[in-house]
Amino acid sequence: MHTIVSKQCLSPNVTRLDVQAPRIAQIRQPGQFVIVHHSEGAERIPLTIADADPAAGTIALVIQSVGKSTRDLVALEPGQAIADIVGPLGHPTEMIESGRALCIGGGVGTAVVHPIAQGLHKRGVKVTSIIGGRSKEWVIFEAELRRLGEVIVCTDDGSYGRKGFVTDAAKDVLAGGGIGIVYAVGPVPMMRAVVNLTKPLGVRTIVSLNPVMIDGTGMCGGCRVSVGGETRFACVDGPEFDGHGVNFDELMDRLSAYREYEQKSLACAEENCRLKQTLPS
Amino acid sequence: MPGKITTKERLQINRQKMPEQASTARAANFEEVNLGFTEQLALLEADRCLQCKDPRCMAGCPVNVNIPRFIGLVSEGKISEAAQCLLCDNALPAITGRVCPQETQCEIVCVRGNKSTPVGIGYLERYVADWARNHSDQLTATKAPATGKRVAIVGSGPAGLTAAGELVRMGHDVTVYEALHKPGGVLVYGIPEFRLPKKIVSQEVQRLQSAGVKIECNVVIGRTYTLPELRERFDAVFIANGAGLPVFMNVPGENLKGVYSANEYLTRVNLMAAYQFPNADTPVLHGKCVAVVGGGNVAMDSVRTAKRLGAASAMIVYRRTKNELPARAEEVHHAGEEGIQFEFLTAPVEVIGNDKRWVTGLKCVRMKLGEPDASGRARPVTIPGSEFVLPCDIVVVAIGTRANPLLTATCPDLKLNKWGNIVADEAGMTSLPGVFAGGDIVRGAATVILAMGDGKRTARAMDEYLKSH
Ligand SMILES: Cc1cc2nc3c(=O)[nH]c(=O)nc-3n(C[C@H](O)[C@H](O)[C@H](O)COP(=O)(O)OP(=O)(O)OC[C@H]3O[C@@H](n4cnc5c(N)ncnc54)[C@H](O)[C@@H]3O)c2cc1C
Ligand code: SF4
Ligand code: FES
Repeated sequence: MHTIVSKQCLSPNVTRLDVQAPRIAQIRQPGQFVIVHHSEGAERIPLTIADADPAAGTIALVIQSVGKSTRDLVALEPGQAIADIVGPLGHPTEMIESGRALCIGGGVGTAVVHPIAQGLHKRGVKVTSIIGGRSKEWVIFEAELRRLGEVIVCTDDGSYGRKGFVTDAAKDVLAGGGIGIVYAVGPVPMMRAVVNLTKPLGVRTIVSLNPVMIDGTGMCGGCRVSVGGETRFACVDGPEFDGHGVNFDELMDRLSAYREYEQKSLACAEENCRLKQTLPS
Repeated sequence: MPGKITTKERLQINRQKMPEQASTARAANFEEVNLGFTEQLALLEADRCLQCKDPRCMAGCPVNVNIPRFIGLVSEGKISEAAQCLLCDNALPAITGRVCPQETQCEIVCVRGNKSTPVGIGYLERYVADWARNHSDQLTATKAPATGKRVAIVGSGPAGLTAAGELVRMGHDVTVYEALHKPGGVLVYGIPEFRLPKKIVSQEVQRLQSAGVKIECNVVIGRTYTLPELRERFDAVFIANGAGLPVFMNVPGENLKGVYSANEYLTRVNLMAAYQFPNADTPVLHGKCVAVVGGGNVAMDSVRTAKRLGAASAMIVYRRTKNELPARAEEVHHAGEEGIQFEFLTAPVEVIGNDKRWVTGLKCVRMKLGEPDASGRARPVTIPGSEFVLPCDIVVVAIGTRANPLLTATCPDLKLNKWGNIVADEAGMTSLPGVFAGGDIVRGAATVILAMGDGKRTARAMDEYLKSH
């Protein structure tokens, strides 16, 4: 059992949970993730380790509530516990040892960019972060990233920072030259747009892929993605890959496979919830 | 009265039939197909055993269960002694009584098979083991005094669990590390409820735990801890992490929506209980027409699962013929009764999809049997120009699994063969001192009982090793 020690609302649908997982807190590296299983009957879902406090024995999970499983997780309160957390899984991020790196985070992906920027900063790499959200209230991890280097914030509506997409800002930064490597984590269309930008420039670009997973140990193959024309298992071969080789269309498509089921699951949960409220207890 | 019965009388009894759920009913539910012997059936079947002086059945059993002895005790009505006798040789009899391929092990060599049908050894094993599960309070476990030696076991499948049971009995302090959130390995994530109820696995696991085995789930060796770390913290290590890496066909279209590895399909349904969706949260795609590629137990389990999930048509696509099917005979028989279709001498060459990238069919070629290959089985040869499309909306690939490199990749000095399986000697010893291995990680995908045999033999070798180190 993994007790939740603190809970924080980061944006209208993004929640941060700091959870007890001492061993993982001790050894996790940037880019790695855990698989979380709320309780018997729940789904197993992969979540990136956004931060860790080895002394306190906690890891930070940043969760965007979209479906039933993520809603159930963010409904947990401090003192309550998650049944199973396994990790750290996946390969650590490929880092450069010096020079300049550009870290681009979109939405909840910003939480994944954070440990990468941490790792780079620790090595003495100069980090520029570009983070974005729909509007001001959707921007997360700004303060944490500011501690690690320059931060450019973009909002779609211009309510905060630069108006426009993260790719617009990225274009300007890349035009200035000197960027050795780009890390892009966020919604698939965003990662694809960044890759389209960096490919002609020949700037190495690492993306973190988020396919459906079950075991996280290479046992089921459900997380397969196509990279450089080859099938790879994101949980053990990734989750980070050379973005220039990733088949994003296939990833998008495979991510949509269970859409109908997800809606049914949510609808059922809401129905149950309503029943509970209307029935006399 | 039990006991006094002549050989002639024994020979006159016919093999008793296993009571089972009617095929029409069971094809729509996930409850166990076989219902188990009643006491009366068990006594009749036990009386069929001739109590051979030189029992061939025992030699056919990979863990050498004393078959005539436990069957003799059943026929004398001494069920508790029969259970004690069985458990002494076999740590997980309620499981092997359900999933062992008896027809190629103990029953094939039973002398009664010469003139009529072999003794139903598997059915009797199941009967006694089920009695033991329900009367655990009447059984006594003997345990050697504590040795103070610590053993780590990687993986809680049949190999790991068997070794754990033996090693605690020898007085060692045993911790099992399991990557998933539930112990049991293939027994919980692979083999379906209708063949092996999960409750039985958890009861067997609990029995081991109350005997002193510690099980830590959610620990991936190679990630959470490395093998070198385990070697530092323990006096010996047994690696039994199975063969959990799915093999795909490597044909175009395999990443379309609706293509599953059997591991994923079965894990969703068994470990994650997707057949109860939306009461369980994990979904599985339900197809109207499901094609399962392969002919082993995994393929049979997948296709019968598809049928139970409501597929109007569920079929096996296999490149050889019925005679070469590697699955247990009982599973093939049950599958036929449940309305499973078989496309023999057929090999897929491409998965076909629509513009939304959903599977719509499997393009196949017809095969014929040629010369025997290295394994002695006839090699299937493509018939040129025989391409055709089998319409289907789900494809499950069940053509085998390989060694998962997750653990071994973090330990370069552990010797592997060219397929990535760990190299171990007869006693289970690997190239690293104090590190042993067994089960599917050594043999490649094999059987529950062979994995258990490895666990048992290796436990003895580890005991020797621990005594001298
Ligand atoms: C669907 C299916 C049906 C089958 N039907 C039959 C049958 O009817 N009869 C029969 O005899 N055999 C059958 N088999 C084969 C049989 O199940 C296997 O041969 C047997 O389970 C192998 O046992 P094992 O202990 O070596 O490995 P497994 O049962 O595979 O157990 C290995 C365990 O180790 C865990 N693990 C893996 N890597 C790590 C790691 N790095 N750290 C920690 N834990 C790890 C895994 O999660 C797993 O729980 C079937 C197999 C399948 C898949
Ligand atoms: S070979 Fe058959 S008859 Fe002989 S002891 Fe074994 S089960 Fe009984
Ligand atoms: S999640 Fe199962 S193989 Fe990656």
